[in-house]
Amino acid sequence: MSELNSALEHPTYNYKVVRQFAVMTVVWGIVGMLVGVLIAAQLAWPALNFDLPWVHFGRLRPLHTNAVIFAFGGSALFATSYYVVQRTCQVRLISDKLAAITFWGWQLVIVSAAITLPLGLTTSKEYAELEWPIDLLITVIWVLYAIVFFGTIAKRKADHIYVANWFFGSFIIAVAVLHIINSLEMPIALNMFKSYSIYAGTVDAMVQWWYGHNAVGFFLTAGFLGMMYYFVPKQAERPIYSYRLSIVHFWALVAVYIWAGPHHLHYTALPDWAQSLGMVMSLILLAPSWGGMINGMMTLSGAWHKLRTDPILRFLVVSLSFYGMSTFEGPMMSIKTVNSLSHYTDWTIGHVHSGALGWVAMISIGSMYHLIPILFGRERMYSISLINAHFWMSTIGTVLYIASMWVNGILQGLMWRAYNQDGTLTYSFVETVAASYPGYVVRVIGGAIFFSGMLLMAYNVYMTSRKDIEPQAAPAVAGAA
Amino acid sequence: MASFWSYWVIVLTVVTIVGITWILFANRKREVQPQEKTTGHVYDGIEEFDNPLPAWWFYMFVITIVWGIGYLIIYPGMGNFPGVIGWTQLGQYEQNVAAADEKYRDMRDRYLALPVEEIAMDPAVRKMGMRMFANNCAQCHGADAKGAYGFPNLTDDDWIYGGDAATIQATVINGRQAAMPAWGDIIGDKGVKDVTQYLLRLNGRDANAAQADAGETVFKTYCVACHGPDATGNPMMGAPNLTNGVWLYGGSEEQIAQTVRAGRNGAMPAFKDTLSEDKIHILTAYVYGLNKQ
Repeated sequence: MSELNSALEHPTYNYKVVRQFAVMTVVWGIVGMLVGVLIAAQLAWPALNFDLPWVHFGRLRPLHTNAVIFAFGGSALFATSYYVVQRTCQVRLISDKLAAITFWGWQLVIVSAAITLPLGLTTSKEYAELEWPIDLLITVIWVLYAIVFFGTIAKRKADHIYVANWFFGSFIIAVAVLHIINSLEMPIALNMFKSYSIYAGTVDAMVQWWYGHNAVGFFLTAGFLGMMYYFVPKQAERPIYSYRLSIVHFWALVAVYIWAGPHHLHYTALPDWAQSLGMVMSLILLAPSWGGMINGMMTLSGAWHKLRTDPILRFLVVSLSFYGMSTFEGPMMSIKTVNSLSHYTDWTIGHVHSGALGWVAMISIGSMYHLIPILFGRERMYSISLINAHFWMSTIGTVLYIASMWVNGILQGLMWRAYNQDGTLTYSFVETVAASYPGYVVRVIGGAIFFSGMLLMAYNVYMTSRKDIEPQAAPAVAGAA
Repeated sequence: MASFWSYWVIVLTVVTIVGITWILFANRKREVQPQEKTTGHVYDGIEEFDNPLPAWWFYMFVITIVWGIGYLIIYPGMGNFPGVIGWTQLGQYEQNVAAADEKYRDMRDRYLALPVEEIAMDPAVRKMGMRMFANNCAQCHGADAKGAYGFPNLTDDDWIYGGDAATIQATVINGRQAAMPAWGDIIGDKGVKDVTQYLLRLNGRDANAAQADAGETVFKTYCVACHGPDATGNPMMGAPNLTNGVWLYGGSEEQIAQTVRAGRNGAMPAFKDTLSEDKIHILTAYVYGLNKQ
């Protein structure tokens, strides 16, 4: 391994930590999505819970969300932010040691999550389930990450800071604030993996969703927009469409996202004024969100023909389409009238996955296909046609997943509110569960297709990393499908 | 909310909305740039065009901001300011409930005026009752009302608290909390085994005669207070009949022994805050009629 690394060492930049995170992106993507497929199957066929507490849906669901968001998404963000900040600032990371600590520390966080969640150790706060010792570890690693990232920006050789770094920077700062404030908790004893939040009741719910929605806003949106701003113009070999659009949508996005959390608590004990503000800001968020999509899409003007031959560019462009779609859907779902139908149904899960699979996963996969050959000193990935196959599997898998959840969500929402001429409810709850069954099966199929694509990626990455194997000749017109 | 926090909310909201409006207008450039003009920055080979904001996007942004301001004038949002139409979610809920009551009251009142026994077999009552049962009771008692482990069967003639209409209604309104004490520490392992044998014999099942005799003494000392000298139970206290072969927590020897040893605390929730009086009346009639079809 040391021989391999020295052979690949870049004279200026630290590629080692980028390569480590890039490989783990693929590994954790496979693990997280496999758990996702399993829990999707448990919802269709409950016998798959096996009556064992450790593999029960209730414990594996947080394992799935933590693995795909923080392990897969997190590794992708570490890899790309470390790569982009070096390339665009033209300097090496300020400290290889600190960078290495963030890599191994983050892996330790992930492994701790993978052990404690199936054991049932949880704070029960959604997307913040990890118990207090792991929370402390996350805080330390995150501060070191901030030091490495901002320290590198501080000693940059370029005059200006590239827009991708604005987004990465805002993501790092906001996630630190969100994580620390939402995770304030009191351990019941120093030798026990159990704590209680310092918040209670409605305040707890509001802090939780302030955190929860900004995990989406800053971790899953701002961070991945940083990725977009580097890899889309790089892969398309075109300038960014509009610098001033970057400025407007960046500042509007970070200013408005932080307000949107209350739309998760419509028609609850949350005071009316807070619900209204959450809804208004969520709607105003539409334009700032679309600013990023427009800037990415329009960057391709003059390079659209490349989509015919470049499956990596397809990944990036289709991810932007899903980004635009889910950031339209989100503000619509935040409108109280729509929310009263969609809330608590599978529509929410469909919405999340149109963002998670369509946007986050596909932009990460596209970026990794650009990045991995560079990190292994190769001209291109081992097989372009496998990338193309992966692209179609991801797209079809995502469409099956979100379409089945739309159908289920609207079906559930309408069945729950249907009533008879005598004023009684038409359906009992269990009837709506039975009606959802076909959608659950389609979701398993869609998820399994998406997951299988990740296996192709793993094979392709492995073959690219082997020094003794030459990349396959690029097909004349890659996957003229 | 204290007025300080109200102003806090208002100031933050106004600063945010004014701030994004300012940055939007400050970066607006009306003249159309030549496509190929860049800002001059180059980052790792990436350049940036200096194109103007797309007009449709600019206007969409402006419309959402104007709409947001309008919404915050009409609805609550700006701190303690209640909005010009005085909307609240509680008010909306109460309005909807009142509208539904208005619509269905006459129909339900007709049934409310009649005794449960009289309307129990009315086809419309059975239909409405079944639907309410499906959404409120079936989770525990089952869609067929035949009960499950720990949840009584409502279709037979065995009633823990009594099966007359008034008692069923009282059960639905106020719920029930059963309290079978744990006897293991008091009568010991031997006592538990003996009284179990006695109960088996009472039900005409195979039992060890000597143990059952000893168990009878235990029963007459500790259990009679609630279950009565002949073990047929006491509906006033919710003490079940132990002689008719109906076992809420299972009738195997081990299950009976476990009930004696560790006690049971079955709970039926109260529905008086969930369902209105007229609905409870119809639901009672439905349950009352279950074993009379």
